[in-house]
Order: sequence, then structure tokens, then C-alpha cells
Amino acid sequence: MSEVIVITSGKGGVGKTTTTANVGTGLAQLGKKVVLIDTDIGLRNLDVVMGLENRIVYNLVDVVEGSCRPKQAMIKDKKYPNLFLLPSAQTRDKTSVTPEQMKALTDELRDDFDYIILDCPAGIEQGFKNAIAGADRALIVTTPEVSAIRDADRIIGLLESEEFKQIHLIINRIRMDMVKKGDMMSVEDVLDILAIDLIGVVPDDESIVIATNEGEPVVNKPTQAGKAYENICRRVNGEEVPIMEFQPDGFFKKLANLFRRGY
Amino acid sequence: MGFMDAFFRKRSSGSKAKDRLKLVLVSDRANCSPDTMEMIKNDIIQVISKYMEIDTQGLDIQITQTASEGGNGNVPAIYANIPIKEMKKSGK
Repeated sequence: MSEVIVITSGKGGVGKTTTTANVGTGLAQLGKKVVLIDTDIGLRNLDVVMGLENRIVYNLVDVVEGSCRPKQAMIKDKKYPNLFLLPSAQTRDKTSVTPEQMKALTDELRDDFDYIILDCPAGIEQGFKNAIAGADRALIVTTPEVSAIRDADRIIGLLESEEFKQIHLIINRIRMDMVKKGDMMSVEDVLDILAIDLIGVVPDDESIVIATNEGEPVVNKPTQAGKAYENICRRVNGEEVPIMEFQPDGFFKKLANLFRRGY
Repeated sequence: MGFMDAFFRKRSSGSKAKDRLKLVLVSDRANCSPDTMEMIKNDIIQVISKYMEIDTQGLDIQITQTASEGGNGNVPAIYANIPIKEMKKSGK
């Protein structure tokens, strides 16, 4: 059975695109057939995070307008033959696509893929409405900051009013050293406020910056964030994976932990 | 005060963030403007004043969160603290 998942946040810059790239790649590693759709029309980004920017021929708007078939616009990933990207258009805007067209497209893709993952643009306007139109499940990305959590709350409200049944939270870029000092809200604080189910916690990790520089997802690398994304993918896929406590550790402890446990 | 601060460490910024967020979200979620709150407050004063004399200065009305009776999650609730100055004698 296939599932359409939208990755959204309200606020920009909290890590939607990075999450999309890593969750998509992680699910492909689990042997699933996955397509990632960049719905941020006019501000194309998922292609560069995936390192596929040089292979684009057609885009989402071409597909929706019928200028090409979905298969023609899809780019196969460099590493995983079961992972595809449907890039966004760079020279058009959000009104080029309607929610009805997006729903029709995602429904069509259900026949060929296990997971259809939509990277939602920031905001709550047309782009957001397009992205959520055909989705079964939403993953909300937030960081432990007042502005990001406020926006996440608004998005959760909008999704609930659209009768979304499955809404899960990813807390991104948490810094345990700051949480310990009391200078950052903890996972419990965020959950207390937003009151939705947690599906993963991703620590603030330099490896994300490095991986993005190189146009490669971090999920297949032995780093804290890589392990965190791997766990999220397994949970998305229905596995029970406990959310591990992670402590701010010294260098050697960190190194040891990498081999010992997940986050 | 500087002397005291050394003993009582200032409240952490993380808990300040949480408290500020809670307040902001209460009004966000209720979708209730300060104007509407003011109108609700005035109406409540009017109604209760028919039966008893209340301290309008000490009156406090706000929208807060409370655990829902249905079990899961919180729901918004109007919290009102209305000091009574004097019960009016029931005029029969």
C-alpha cells in the first residue's frame, strides 16, 4: 500500500527540504520505491540538496500542464535506483498548480510508488494548500524556538481543520548542551506545547551542513543526525524504534556512542 | 539586587521561551482579539452586577488551556476571577 506524506513547517528555514531528502533516501535504503516531489514552485531547492540539479529536463509544472509524462520529469537518484525526484519549476509561481491537480498527480503516482513525499513550501498560502491536497500523513518539522513552534502550532490547526488524521512531529536542530543549561526548550517542553505525536528528534549537527554542501543526504552516514534520520524512516515505515535519550557528550563519548546506540 | 542575583540564578531563557509561547498560543488558538475579550468582560460584569456588587478593578478574565474532560489533550477555557464586594439583598 502506498502512502503520500507531506513535510511541512509553516516557518521557513527549519529544515523541511533537508528532512525530505533524508527521509526519502532513508526509505529508499529500506528498499521502498520512493518519489520526492518539490512543491516549492519558484524556489527550487530539493534538487541541489539531493545533488541532482544538473539532470533536470522537465519539472512539476510541465507534468501538471501535460507537457510531459510524470516518468519523463522524474530524475533517478545517483545511488538508489528506487529513489526519484520530481523537481519544481524555477521560473513559475505557486498559482501554476491547483490543489486538485496535485491530488490527481499524487493519486496517479500511488500505483508506482510505496512512498510519495512532498516537500512543502514555507507559509500557509497556495503552495501549502497544493502540497497538502493529496497527502495521507503530515510530518511537521520544527526547531526548539518560539517562532518555529508558533508556526508549527498554526499548521497543526490548519491540518486538523482539513481532517488530517496522521500528524507527526520532528524536532530538528536540538542542542542538548543548551537544553541541559536551560537555554533551549527540551523535547518534553515542545511536546507539552504542541501536543502531537513525536516521530523523531534530530540533533544540530555539522554533518548536515557538510552533506548539503556536497549534495548528498546524511542518512547513510555514521553521524548523529544520520542515525536520527534513519530511525525516523524506520518509524515512518511502521517499525517501533524507541526515541533515545541523548546527552551532551565529550568527544570520546560521542565517538563511542556512534557505534553503540541510536538517537 | 546584584547581591541577591548571585544567589538566585536568573530564570533560564528556555523556560521563559516556553511561558511566552504558551501565552501567545492561547490567543492564537482561541482566535480571539483583545477587543472581543473586552466585550466579553463588559458583558460578564453587566450580568453579574445584577445580582451582586463586584470589584471591577480586581476583575481578571483570560483564555487559558485546561485538560479536556474527554481525556486527550488540552482545550481552551475562559478563566475568570471576579472578586465580590457585597452580595445584594435579594429583592423579592
